[in-house]
Amino acid sequence: MAEVLVYVDHVDGAVRKPTLELLTLARRVGEPVAVALGSGAADTAAALAEHGAVKVLTHDASEYADYLVVPKVDALQAAYEAVSPAAVLFPSSTEGKEIAARLAVRIGSGIITDAVDLEAGVEGPVATQSVFAAAFTTKSRVSKGTPVITVKPNSAAVEAAPAAGAVEALSVSFSDKATGTKVVSRAARESTGRPELTEAAIVVSGGRGVGGAENFPVVEALADSLGAAVGASRAAVDAGWYPHTNQVGQTGKTVSPQLYIAAGISGAIQHRAGMQTSKTIVAVNKDSEAPIFDLVDYGVVGDLFEVVPQLTEEVKARKG
Amino acid sequence: MSLRIVVCVKYVPDATGDRHFAEDLTVDRDDVDGLLSELDEYAVEQALQIADEADDAEITVLTVGPEDAKDALRKALSMGADKAVHVEDDDLHGTDALGTSLVLAKAIEKTGYDLVVCGMASTDGTMGVLPAMLAERLGVPQVSLLAEVSVEDGTVKGRRDGDTATEQLEARLPAVVSVTDQSGEARYPSFKGIMAAKKKPVESWDLEDLEIESDEVGLEGAWSAVDGATERPARTAGTIVKDEGEGGKQLAAFLAERKFI
Ligand SMILES: Cc1cc2nc3c(=O)[nH]c(=O)nc-3n(C[C@H](O)[C@H](O)[C@H](O)COP(=O)(O)OP(=O)(O)OC[C@H]3O[C@@H](n4cnc5c(N)ncnc54)[C@H](O)[C@@H]3O)c2cc1C
Ligand SMILES: Nc1ncnc2c1ncn2[C@@H]1O[C@H](COP(=O)(O)O)[C@@H](O)[C@H]1O
Repeated sequence: MAEVLVYVDHVDGAVRKPTLELLTLARRVGEPVAVALGSGAADTAAALAEHGAVKVLTHDASEYADYLVVPKVDALQAAYEAVSPAAVLFPSSTEGKEIAARLAVRIGSGIITDAVDLEAGVEGPVATQSVFAAAFTTKSRVSKGTPVITVKPNSAAVEAAPAAGAVEALSVSFSDKATGTKVVSRAARESTGRPELTEAAIVVSGGRGVGGAENFPVVEALADSLGAAVGASRAAVDAGWYPHTNQVGQTGKTVSPQLYIAAGISGAIQHRAGMQTSKTIVAVNKDSEAPIFDLVDYGVVGDLFEVVPQLTEEVKARKG
Repeated sequence: MSLRIVVCVKYVPDATGDRHFAEDLTVDRDDVDGLLSELDEYAVEQALQIADEADDAEITVLTVGPEDAKDALRKALSMGADKAVHVEDDDLHGTDALGTSLVLAKAIEKTGYDLVVCGMASTDGTMGVLPAMLAERLGVPQVSLLAEVSVEDGTVKGRRDGDTATEQLEARLPAVVSVTDQSGEARYPSFKGIMAAKKKPVESWDLEDLEIESDEVGLEGAWSAVDGATERPARTAGTIVKDEGEGGKQLAAFLAERKFI
């Protein structure tokens, strides 16, 4: 069976969930060979082996942290040349997409971004994409070169599939372009203790209807009662009520949780683009005409300051 | 010396329209009104601000697209850009990201540049890969997804709010940058700007002008293929209740029934 390269998104050796999901899809098209770079790269091996990586290629150098993207492109190119894979897969993070884009240009291959599913096909892997704010589903494939495909979080289940996961050092020589963009400083975001927005099984989002930063605790309390992540519409973010990193939608995060709860959000097309593929959708809005109600499995027309706290209490009571 | 800025702008179907696919599975551009991608307005805005700060700067807006794409250029010119380049060729129909990046890179080189400014993503394709591809093809630094950008003494600096961290980035010119919708609201064209735009030069180039073979682009030359597109089935109508004081409890009952609590 042909080998498939999988780029590993990790934080100091802790593999992020979308990479494990990616391994599930990778196994459908070949034998996953993982590529882990930077500090803690070798520490990823156990988790990757557990989920199906036959090999883990690792390399650490200060360039990965000190310069933007290009050192990683150099490493992926080295891995590509060493392995001659049937496909190269990346998680659809901003970084994953940028590395993928540049690699595709370098190796003269086609690229598909933001796949939500992947299958083996006669002419190579077939990717499913969700386009036009999720109004259409398309099937695409790369027709030139080695398919380079980025896959969105929550596109597949994480499955245990123990494999060898043999660690091998990848040999990388950096190009003269590697040091072009300097990362002068990096401030890690403080953890809120809540699940990662794109990975959460439940997301509770607040919009302009929340009315102010001082009211967001109403949304957070519901999220915490359900163990959910907190999202926000762009209107709420632009007003400065909630951080941009929590924005759901076209220019924010795409989420696809089991349950999405929208409070005080009208459901503009750009917001829908980021949440329309959620399995179950619930909304609370005082305007019965709000477009969000076209999407919901269950909607309550009412004031969120009445409905949401009551729901939070009820959830807590039922959970005991 | 003058700072030469090229802003890449895309003409896209209006996202609030009923977008769909043409028979050949390319984006149907006939039935929905087109406009300058809102996300590229931010790129034009930042270019204008950078030009204001520079002693001497010239902004060229560049688009690859059909005849109507001129509208996008006009809008950018009326916002304040100095001149425009429109790459248009029948053989470009169906070009994918790799092909578009090739055409843009050749056109940017032909224009001459110190700084290329892009939007964070197009509002139709939403790939967000073009800026990285351009940097790769042009062989210059990529300073992408900036919420804040400035140019001083031949260096571009910016702030990137990434998934896990906020980064301050820096690179020497020439460089490719992309800016997000957090970089600051774009200005509206003034009446004076709209009038002035009518007299600004718009050059048209085709593939031959850029020395690109037609088999490198278009549907035939594409590096990827769309084999099928299906409309997502409409969600089955849900239950909608009016809160009469028990809305929260009713919602809880629904969530319990669906096993979320
Ligand atoms: C290029 C582009 C990209 C964009 N990207 C995004 C994106 O990524 N994400 C995004 O969200 N938007 C995005 N937008 C903006 C989008 O078009 C909408 O403007 C935005 O989603 C509106 O946010 P909202 O629903 O919170 O506000 P509104 O549309 O103002 O809706 C507020 C809703 O709250 C309800 N409400 C008010 N008070 C209460 C109350 N007490 N109880 C219950 N309900 C109440 C109102 O009835 C109303 O329906 C983008 C726009 C553009 C042009
Ligand atoms: N056809 C085009 N003409 C000019 N610029 C484009 C074109 N397509 C994409 N771009 C630029 O590349 C950015 C990212 O586009 P994309 O990778 O398609 O999401 C856009 O915001 C534009 O600045």
